[in-house]
Amino acid sequence: MVTVRSDETLVEVRALTNRFGTHLVHDELDLDIRRGEILGVVGGSGTGKSVLLRSIVGLHEPTDGEIRVFGKGLRALPPFERSRLEQRFGVLFQGGALFTSLNLQENVAVPLIEHAGLKRPLAEHLAQMKLALAGLPPEAALKYPAELSGGMVKRAALARALALDPEILFLDEPTAGLDPIGAAAFDRLLKTLRDALGLTVFMVTHDLDTLYATCDRVAVLSQKKVLVADRLEAVETTDDAWIQDYFHGPRGRAAARATTARSQEQ
Amino acid sequence: MTQPPHPGPHGSLAAPDVRGDVIDHGEHLSIRGDWVLGHYARLKADTDRFLADRQGQRKAGDLSELGRVDTAGAALIAELLGPDALAQLADQAPDLAEEKRALLHAVAATLANRSEPQRSTTNPIVAILMAAGQRTEQLFELLRLLLGFIGQTLAALAYNLPRPSRWRVTSFVAAVQDTGLNALPIVALLTFLVGAVVAFLGATVLEDFGATIYTVNLVAFSFLREFGVLLAAILLAGRTASSFTAHIGAMKVNEELDAIRTLGLNPIDLLVLPRVLAMMVSLPILTFVGMISGMVGGAAVCALALDISPSQFIAILERDIALKHLLVGLGKAPIFAFLIAVIGCLEGFKVSGSAQSVGEHTTSSVVQSIFMVILLDSIAALLFMEMGW
Repeated sequence: MVTVRSDETLVEVRALTNRFGTHLVHDELDLDIRRGEILGVVGGSGTGKSVLLRSIVGLHEPTDGEIRVFGKGLRALPPFERSRLEQRFGVLFQGGALFTSLNLQENVAVPLIEHAGLKRPLAEHLAQMKLALAGLPPEAALKYPAELSGGMVKRAALARALALDPEILFLDEPTAGLDPIGAAAFDRLLKTLRDALGLTVFMVTHDLDTLYATCDRVAVLSQKKVLVADRLEAVETTDDAWIQDYFHGPRGRAAARATTARSQEQ
Repeated sequence: MTQPPHPGPHGSLAAPDVRGDVIDHGEHLSIRGDWVLGHYARLKADTDRFLADRQGQRKAGDLSELGRVDTAGAALIAELLGPDALAQLADQAPDLAEEKRALLHAVAATLANRSEPQRSTTNPIVAILMAAGQRTEQLFELLRLLLGFIGQTLAALAYNLPRPSRWRVTSFVAAVQDTGLNALPIVALLTFLVGAVVAFLGATVLEDFGATIYTVNLVAFSFLREFGVLLAAILLAGRTASSFTAHIGAMKVNEELDAIRTLGLNPIDLLVLPRVLAMMVSLPILTFVGMISGMVGGAAVCALALDISPSQFIAILERDIALKHLLVGLGKAPIFAFLIAVIGCLEGFKVSGSAQSVGEHTTSSVVQSIFMVILLDSIAALLFMEMGW
């Protein structure tokens, strides 16, 4: 397998604190995302995985702390530079967040028209290719999000996130709501794209199979911090009740067995 | 509009930007430079020209001088050489970096045996006729749905009224506060201003006949019979019908209505009845406030501009204006309220999946309810005139 992993850090989160009213979600949380890796973020419900993602991409203003993306503090930048920087990441939201009044190819064409300066017919032509790359059949391009199944919406949303060939891809529960075959195809697609495009991926997920199949490193959010962020083997052996339950519960063991079996076949 | 080229996948470490191009070497095409999104428009034009020149006949390619490449560029190369040839080439090209090889492979595999989606087209004249037919049909459908929904609401009302345990008092009171109490200031202010305007108009016209004193009758007559109820109803149509539609529509988009049904509850009981009843309580009250406030506006103009003192104003009211005018005005209020609420809720139920649809139906509910209010009001005016009320 080819990877362009390096020790270069694309995103640095330092002493991030998030508070909603009196409810403290993150307390001095630190996290690095390195170029070329697929970083999985796991944690129980309500541990602030999505809030962390939203803080990094600049949708949520943290209570305190510093987030540097490509070495720059996103929120301190003037709007134009911030927009330039934002074009270098793609975000896949949990529900897809496709524009409901546009069909799929128009959805994907939006960033191409707005940011790459393409004319509409060209952008839509290219959008069809991106949709195909995300595994959608040609006739889906003219459909509207309301006419599609959840899995197809996810794929279309991925195509839109990939429209500008971003450097970092943020995924919020990408395989939730997909059938196992679709989820496995998504895992393969993600790895292919990472290898082919040199993507860096930040993925919030609950899907243990995805975690074992794709992630280079796993960060565990617990007790308002990143408890551990390391290779899966190292994380599995961390001495923490929640981590032990998570990785050595029935589902965790099954996913681990599946991965071992796969790697023995190869 | 020209924009700076997009940074592309490795923008930050980028070597100098070399625009990609194609050179025809006779037996093969040399693909050179950067094939990235930033150059897409020009590269696409080049590709199309190359393909047009040789009428679809494809040639072998040479990727040895290929610079940076992203998915957009890879797709173009696939168009130029054909996806199968590209996949082969990606395997065989000797000095191709591994990640480029993987990218070209992925894109070639995607584009192999892929067809353009078919758009169906219709003759424009047929389309116009079709649109006219559809609109007409929709009009009848609209009426049918409205009558059906009114029937459903009345049936639910008849079922629930004798069963106090099923009354939803909290949501009813909340809806009364929202549609009635919160609308009081705006209704009072608006009718006060219109009352003053009517008094000014009356004074100007009646002055020629030396009959300015009848301004009092004009203001009282118009507000008791028409303006009080009409202004309040139109305001509520704009303020409340739209909010009902948007609220229920957003719930529909979010599948909350389906959830209500699967929980064995009836959305009409839960959402429509409290709103309809609240409107039927609020609008008469607002109408009464509107009548008083409009006459206060008229009285203020009379006192300030026409030297008719407030006590004189009230004396004329007592002498000339019968109670039936108040009842005629107030009697229309519950009917208008029922229609406005029902139309607002029905449009909410008609919303389909998209955000755009919420907007369309909100507009439609305001237009329909104002239309219905004015239509019914004119029919009522005719009826009352014939009856001599």
